[in-house]
Amino acid sequence: MNLTWRLAWRNLWRHRRRTWLTVSAMVVCNVLLIFLIGLQLGSYDVMIEGSLGPVTGHLQVQREGFQEDQRIRDSVPAATALARTLRRALPEAEVGVRGTAFALASSEARSFGIQLQGVEAAREPGVSTLPGMLAEGRYLRGEGEEIVVGRLLARNLQARPGDEVVLLGSGRDGSMAAAVARLVGVVDSGVAELDRALAQVDLAWFQSVFAMGDHAHALVLRLPHLEAVPAAKARVQTLLPPDSELVVLDWDQLQPGLRQAIRTDMVSAWFLYGVLVLLVAFSVLNTQLMSVLERTREFGVMLALGLGPGRLARLVAMETALLGGLGLVLGILFGTVLTLALARWGFTYPGMEEVAQQFNLPARLYPRPGAAALLVGPGVVFVGALLAALYPALRLYRLQPVAAMRAV
Amino acid sequence: MSDIRCRELCKTFRQGEERITGLDRVSIDIDSGEFLCLSGPSGSGKTTLLNALGGLDRPDSGSITFGGRRIDCLPRGELADLRLREIGFVFQAYNLVPVLSARENIEFVMQVQGVPAAERHRRSLAILAEVGLEGLADRRPPAMSGGQQQRVAVARAIVSRPRLVLADEPTANLDSHSATRLMALFQTLNREHGVTFVMATHDPRVMAFAARRVSMEDGRIVADRVQEPCAPEPA
Repeated sequence: MNLTWRLAWRNLWRHRRRTWLTVSAMVVCNVLLIFLIGLQLGSYDVMIEGSLGPVTGHLQVQREGFQEDQRIRDSVPAATALARTLRRALPEAEVGVRGTAFALASSEARSFGIQLQGVEAAREPGVSTLPGMLAEGRYLRGEGEEIVVGRLLARNLQARPGDEVVLLGSGRDGSMAAAVARLVGVVDSGVAELDRALAQVDLAWFQSVFAMGDHAHALVLRLPHLEAVPAAKARVQTLLPPDSELVVLDWDQLQPGLRQAIRTDMVSAWFLYGVLVLLVAFSVLNTQLMSVLERTREFGVMLALGLGPGRLARLVAMETALLGGLGLVLGILFGTVLTLALARWGFTYPGMEEVAQQFNLPARLYPRPGAAALLVGPGVVFVGALLAALYPALRLYRLQPVAAMRAV
Repeated sequence: MSDIRCRELCKTFRQGEERITGLDRVSIDIDSGEFLCLSGPSGSGKTTLLNALGGLDRPDSGSITFGGRRIDCLPRGELADLRLREIGFVFQAYNLVPVLSARENIEFVMQVQGVPAAERHRRSLAILAEVGLEGLADRRPPAMSGGQQQRVAVARAIVSRPRLVLADEPTANLDSHSATRLMALFQTLNREHGVTFVMATHDPRVMAFAARRVSMEDGRIVADRVQEPCAPEPA
C-alpha cells in the first residue's frame, strides 16, 4: 500500500471509537437507504399492479382516439383474429378482448348511467383482478345474459344477485340496444369510481346486443412483469394490420396520473433521504474537522518539511474516502443481505393483510433489490461524505506552517 | 559568495494591542558548510530568523537569498518545494508522525520527493544506522525515548542530503548524554557531508559545538563571532 494511503488509514484509527461511530452512522444510513429505496420501488410495483390490475392491464390495443373520447364506433375490427395473433406472438402475455359502451342500467327501483364492459369471461381473470374481488355471488361464466356490477352500483340500484337489470344503450350501428341480464355477482374493487359505474357482461352477448359484430374496443394485455412492457409494446406494434388506425397504449398512457403520483411520492421520499444523507454528511464533517483541528500542529510540521498544502488537503480527502468507503462497503453488504432476505420472504405489519385482501393485493411487501436500490443511496452518502471533507481540506489548504506549529 | 544572504530583515507581530518586534533590520551572511548557532534569550528573534531562513514565515521587509535565489517573495508552492529538497528541519518537540514507524517517518518525506520505493527503503535503513537506530526501524514514536525520537527527526531532516539544516532548540527535551550525542552527530554530518547547520538554542552545550556563534537580543544581532568548536566525543 502506498505510504500516504497507509498514513491516511492509520490516521483513521487514532480515535477508534470516533471512527467507528461515524462509520456506524454511515452504515445505518446506507442500510436504511438500500432497504427504503428497495421497499419504495417494490411498493410502486404493487401500487402500479394494484391500479392496473382491475381494468387497465399493461397494454391495450385500441382504435386511435378511443382513449380520449370513448365512442362506440371507434372500435377494433376483427378483434378475435387479432387477439389470436397476439396470443401466438406473445405466449407469456395474457390477452383479453373487451367491448365498452355507455348504457342506462335499471333495476326495479332505480336507473343509473353505467359503463358496460363486454369481457371474455374465461380470459378476464388473466388480464384483470376484478373477477377475484367478488363481494357477493359469482363471476361471469360466458353464459350470455348475466351481469356483474360494482358494489356501489348494486347498492344504488338496490339490486342483489338473482335480480334482473335492464340495459338500454345505443348500438355501434346507431340502433337501440336493449337487453335484460341477471345479476350474478357484485365486485368490490375498493375504488369508488369503479364500484359506482362499472358493470361487466359476456363479450359475445355484448357484441350481439350492441351490434358490434366481431368488433371490440380494446385488446387488453397483461405481462408477467412491468419491465416486459416496452419490449412487448414494440412487438405488438409490428403485429397490427397496416393502415388500421389501431394504436398500442402502455399503462403510462392509459393511466397518466399513476406515474405522476409515483413521481410526487418519490420527491417526498427523496427529501427524507436527503435529510438522512445530510445528517451523515454532518457527522463526517464533525469527525474530519475534529481530526484536522487536533492535528494542526502535525500538519504544520508536514508543511515545514515541504509538503504542499494541496498534498495535505489530499490526505484529508483520502482519509474521508477510506472512511466513506468503509461505510459504503459495510452498508451495501448489510443492506443487500437485509433487502435480499426480505425480497425473498417479504414482510408484513399488523392490519396489512386485511387491507391487501380487500384490494386483491399481495399480503406481504417485497422490497425490490436492484442496482438503483443497492447503489444510488450509498453512492450519494459516499459523495456527501467526500463533500463534507471539503471544508476541513480547505482549512488545511490555507494553513500557514508557523501558525500551525504554534497550535496546541 | 555566501550561500545565504539576509539583508535588513524586519518582522513584527501583533499580540493583542501590542506590536512585538521579531526581527529588527537583521543582516547576516552564512556560507555553505557553516556550523552556526543563534543564541539569545527568549523573544530575542532566534526562531523568527530561523523561520524566515527556512521559508516558513515571510519577513515584513528585507530580502533573503538562498543559493543566489530570492526566497522571501516566492509563492507558497515553490517555498514548499524548496523546503522539501534543500532544507531540513529539526524541532524541539521532534514532531514525528505518531502513526508511522521510524522508517516510515523518514520515508514519508522521500515519497513526497518522488523517490522510488526500493531506494526509499534502502536510504531510510542506512540513515537509521547512521544515527544509531538500526534496530528500531519499525518502532513507532510513542514507543521510543526522547533521544531516539530526536534522532529519527534528525534522520528525517538529513535523509535527502539537504544543503541546509535548521534546528530550533534541538536539545531542549534531551538529557545531557543524548544532547551531546546529537551534537556530535550534527558535527559529523557537517564535516563529512558539508551540510550547513543553523541552530537556535539556549543550551551552552550546543553553543560550544558551533564554529560560529551569533547572539541576538530584541530582534537584533548583537554579536557575531567565530570560535573553536568542541571536538566530538569518541564513540
